[in-house]
Amino acid sequence: MASVLVFIDVPGLPLPRASRELLTIARGLGEPAVASPRALDDDVLQALGAYGVGAVYEPEGVLPDVLVAAKAAFLADAVRAAEPAAVLLGNSFEDREVAARVGVKLNSGVITDAVAVAPDLSVTKSVLAGSYTSTCRVQSGVPVITVKANSVEPAPADAPAAPERRRLAVSHAGPAARVTGRTEKRVSGRPELSEARVIVAGGRGMDGNFGPVEELADVLGGAVGASRAATDAGWIEHSAQVGQTGKTVSPQLYISAGISGAIQQKAGMQTAKVIVAINKDPDAPVFEIADFGIVGDVFSVLPQATEEIQKRRS
Amino acid sequence: MQESKRPLNIVVLVKHVPDAQFDRHLSGPGHTLDRSDSILSELDEYALEAALQLAEARGGQAAGNMVTALTMGPEAAVNAVKKALQMGAYQGVHINDAALPGSDAAATSLVLAAAVRHAVGGGSGLPDLVVAGMSSTDGETSLVPAQLAERLQLAQITFASELEVHDDDDDGAVVVRARRDGDSYSETLEAPLPALVSVTDQANDPRYPNFKGIMAAKKKTVTVLSLQDLGIDPAQVGQDGSWTTVAASAPRPPRSAGTIITDDGTAGVALVDYLAAQKLI
Ligand SMILES: Cc1cc2nc3c(=O)[nH]c(=O)nc-3n(C[C@H](O)[C@H](O)[C@H](O)COP(=O)(O)OP(=O)(O)OC[C@H]3O[C@@H](n4cnc5c(N)ncnc54)[C@H](O)[C@@H]3O)c2cc1C
Repeated sequence: MASVLVFIDVPGLPLPRASRELLTIARGLGEPAVASPRALDDDVLQALGAYGVGAVYEPEGVLPDVLVAAKAAFLADAVRAAEPAAVLLGNSFEDREVAARVGVKLNSGVITDAVAVAPDLSVTKSVLAGSYTSTCRVQSGVPVITVKANSVEPAPADAPAAPERRRLAVSHAGPAARVTGRTEKRVSGRPELSEARVIVAGGRGMDGNFGPVEELADVLGGAVGASRAATDAGWIEHSAQVGQTGKTVSPQLYISAGISGAIQQKAGMQTAKVIVAINKDPDAPVFEIADFGIVGDVFSVLPQATEEIQKRRS
Repeated sequence: MQESKRPLNIVVLVKHVPDAQFDRHLSGPGHTLDRSDSILSELDEYALEAALQLAEARGGQAAGNMVTALTMGPEAAVNAVKKALQMGAYQGVHINDAALPGSDAAATSLVLAAAVRHAVGGGSGLPDLVVAGMSSTDGETSLVPAQLAERLQLAQITFASELEVHDDDDDGAVVVRARRDGDSYSETLEAPLPALVSVTDQANDPRYPNFKGIMAAKKKTVTVLSLQDLGIDPAQVGQDGSWTTVAASAPRPPRSAGTIITDDGTAGVALVDYLAAQKLI
């Protein structure tokens, strides 16, 4: 059986849900193998083995700290070594760029925003901000596919494998931008927005106070999102933005609070399973796509819901 | 010293895309996008603004800087270039060829790479900077800037939220510095020119074309180029030459509005009832 190479760039454990999803999809298509741009610890290797990974490709030395180019050079080398049937990556901006460059290096077509990959490697893709679904195929080279989070339920293999390490000498990356500084963002303890199953998002209607959004997100074990208006106003960090130029999310539950639902905002969330909207304005466009809408004040509805959930749980 | 700054040659990529305010449709045997009601991709306005600001900081056109707006697309795509000229780009290039429709990102980047070289020095050289939007608002793949960097072997700084060009005093080198915000960290980056940069909507506030700009744009040149002008074999582009193909497409069943209630003081409880009924809590 041919291998399916998964690009996973994780600093350690736990393995992010998005990575476990990629491995689960890969196992359905062939023998999963992993390309990791940094040397992995033994316990990470073991965690990959639990998902049936037979081989892990790592660079021989440490990759230079340059933007994208070195990771792309390494992944292309790993593809040449593994000769996989397909290459899977996540759908983050960085993963998509690695995919883009690998595609050019290997004369391979790249498909982004995949939500499913069939055994014949045809790809179901969500397009036009989630308003269309298309089926695409790569007709040149090894298919390079970036997969959206929450596309499958991650499941470990029936029998764990013991992955074999394969170290690769990496080709020169070519001209690249150097990383001259890096600041880690504060860790919130909440799930990562792009892979969260529940998201509570606030907009202009939160009027500078995200407390009620955060409290409801916390009782639901969810992530906090925001509209561009809210991040532009500085009420919450930019990385919380959902929408065309922020994150696209597809959670089980999306609660939109004080967000009008302009087209660019809707673009990021309309593949959510269930959408709940709370807005004072009965004409807000978000109500056109909400499964459950409440015309009301976010500052009374959100705290009441939070309190009610706590009450039912105690 | 200010007066010793050497002028920059900047190419800005502008895409002509269907206006997302209207319903958009895929149709025909190739499942291509209906391109009537198209506009300059909103996210490319940030790219153009970034380029204009960098050129203006070095004395603008009078000081020998160049800002070229480049598009690839059908006849009407020239409107994206015209809008860019009205906003202040100095000249335009439009690649239009009957073989192009249906090109995927790889084919698009192949053509754009040749066109970028053509736009400066007739195919031999590279501009100092190629500036692109973070993503188109139609295909939304964000593949093109990185693929262009790979093809032209340019240092790549993508998704920049801040951008400056800095003259290094010691050795006369000019570098581009930028900030990029990732999921869990924010990075500062630096690359010597020539380089490719794509910018996010955090990078600036694009200007509107004013009356003066609109009048001035009428006198600016738009060069139209074919694949033959660029030395590209038509077999490498379009639906057949692309590395990906679309076999089928269908609109997602539209989300229909569900239950809407007006808060009578108990909507928070009603919300929890709803979540419980949906087994979401
Ligand atoms: C719904 C849909 C889905 C698609 N999916 C895929 C896919 O999975 N894989 C694939 O290879 N192709 C795909 N394509 C084709 C691809 O979108 C086009 O080839 C397109 O010309 C380039 O990609 P993009 O629109 O995604 O641009 P992006 O890469 O998102 O654009 C980024 C920036 O590049 C510049 N740019 C892009 N195109 C042009 C242009 N024609 N002229 C000038 N500047 C430009 C702009 O500055 C733009 O902001 C898809 C097209 C559609 C309509």
